[in-house]
Amino acid sequence: MRPLPELTAENTAFWTGGADGKLMIAFCKDCATAIHPPQLVCPKCWSETIESKAVAGTGTVYSYTVNHQPWAPDMTVPFALAVVDVDGAPGVRITAEVVTPDPETVTIGQRMRVAFLNVDDVWLPQWEPVI
Amino acid sequence: MTMKATITGVGMSQIGRRTERPAMAHLVEAAKRALECAGLTKDDIDGIATYPGKADNSPGMSPLGTGEVRNALGLKTRWHSAVPDGPSQMGPIMVAAMAVATGQARHVLCFRALTESSSQTKVQRASIPGSGKARIGGWLSNLVPANAMSASNWAGWMATRYFHEFGMTREHLGMVATGERAFAQKNPMAVMQSPLTMDDYLAARMISSPLCLFDCDVPIDGACVVIVSAADAAKDCAREPLIIEAMGAALGSQETWDQRTDLTTMGAHDACADMWQRTDMKPDDVDVLALYDGFSIFVPYWLEAFGFCGHGEAKDFIAEGNIGPGGRFPVNTGGGQLSGGRLHGFGLLHEACIQLWGDGDGRQIANAKTAVCGMGGGFIAGSMLLRRD
Repeated sequence: MRPLPELTAENTAFWTGGADGKLMIAFCKDCATAIHPPQLVCPKCWSETIESKAVAGTGTVYSYTVNHQPWAPDMTVPFALAVVDVDGAPGVRITAEVVTPDPETVTIGQRMRVAFLNVDDVWLPQWEPVI
Repeated sequence: MTMKATITGVGMSQIGRRTERPAMAHLVEAAKRALECAGLTKDDIDGIATYPGKADNSPGMSPLGTGEVRNALGLKTRWHSAVPDGPSQMGPIMVAAMAVATGQARHVLCFRALTESSSQTKVQRASIPGSGKARIGGWLSNLVPANAMSASNWAGWMATRYFHEFGMTREHLGMVATGERAFAQKNPMAVMQSPLTMDDYLAARMISSPLCLFDCDVPIDGACVVIVSAADAAKDCAREPLIIEAMGAALGSQETWDQRTDLTTMGAHDACADMWQRTDMKPDDVDVLALYDGFSIFVPYWLEAFGFCGHGEAKDFIAEGNIGPGGRFPVNTGGGQLSGGRLHGFGLLHEACIQLWGDGDGRQIANAKTAVCGMGGGFIAGSMLLRRD
């Protein structure tokens, strides 16, 4: 089984937003910087007024890889991992599995929409190609 | 502005796969060889440093910390340090250099020991962090839960982007892999000795695209020791001390594998740029290159980071034959980690020292006087310029 992330004050909004179908990104309320991975302080201005906000949940593939090696006993291969520039959160990328029957069709520049995989108390973002 | 730190001895155990030897047996073998190389005895060693320290975050990753080794070797030290969060696997060597330069110690035994080959099983693979754990924290928590468990995935998406921007192809990485294998065949210590052709490379199974089996380094059991000595203390050693001319550890981006704005560069670019600020020497002065090759794609990144060619030019630089046997800028002359085994950078530095001392036998680079060593990939990077007078 894949390890799940430890839920912390920094990241709980990100890992649980999927319960409401929302991709939650941390933003600085003072200087509007998008912060990922989420932090309790703004790395740019050191403001501690951080707010998690839902973004559209879409983005563009910056890069990807197709994994063929089963690294864990229950891992089904192949699958694609996409590094996606997230719309509405400048500088933020989210890397996640692509939900597709044909991982070899993933390309740079492809548009994606977020989906969520719920495991225990965590909602893991995944990317679905926008048809 | 030369540092007052030198390398006076190196030693490596007989690297192997599934040796079933205890890590300490490898370590002792490497330490004895390093002391013999330096002409020192155990009582001369007054410092010890390692990366990352005893760690069980993946099987066989780091079975020995400074404590175990101090105890086993009966060392009395004035300086000891394990460096898990430093600038790459080079961290302990850099810390040792600073320790001897500031008078904290005279001869520091720096070591790296791994038993990844013997420790891996079907359910516990080497270099898979968090393997067997329910929850994972830190920077890995944004990768491993997404099923991006292996560094081959992280290096894979770097390579995909690099290929896309600069037109690199698998053949270019194949030249890295086959070139290192050709060197390995001249190094009896290297674990992979059979010939590797471009056809073999191109036919290999994919691991994480575009990286295939031969783009990934080889998990091994083994240990490597590097003795870092103060410049004045080095005069008494058996060999000409290798001067640490400059080091670089700068990092300008987050410690993640996906957020750096331009993933066709990596931490190495920041570290190397900083290193060159500390010396009058230039890339053209370098005779031997020791470049981290946990994955073949890191070699072109390091070539560009050190400035041996421009950004995006590594594919042509490689295709022109610069880095293999007979090339002007030979890379990983002992076979690298791709063919020599994954000693986490220490093996690469070991080979650079062997070359500078002229002990490379059939693979010796004529009159090698200057070497660079770069360790790490992604955000992990440390660089070093070594020379003899």
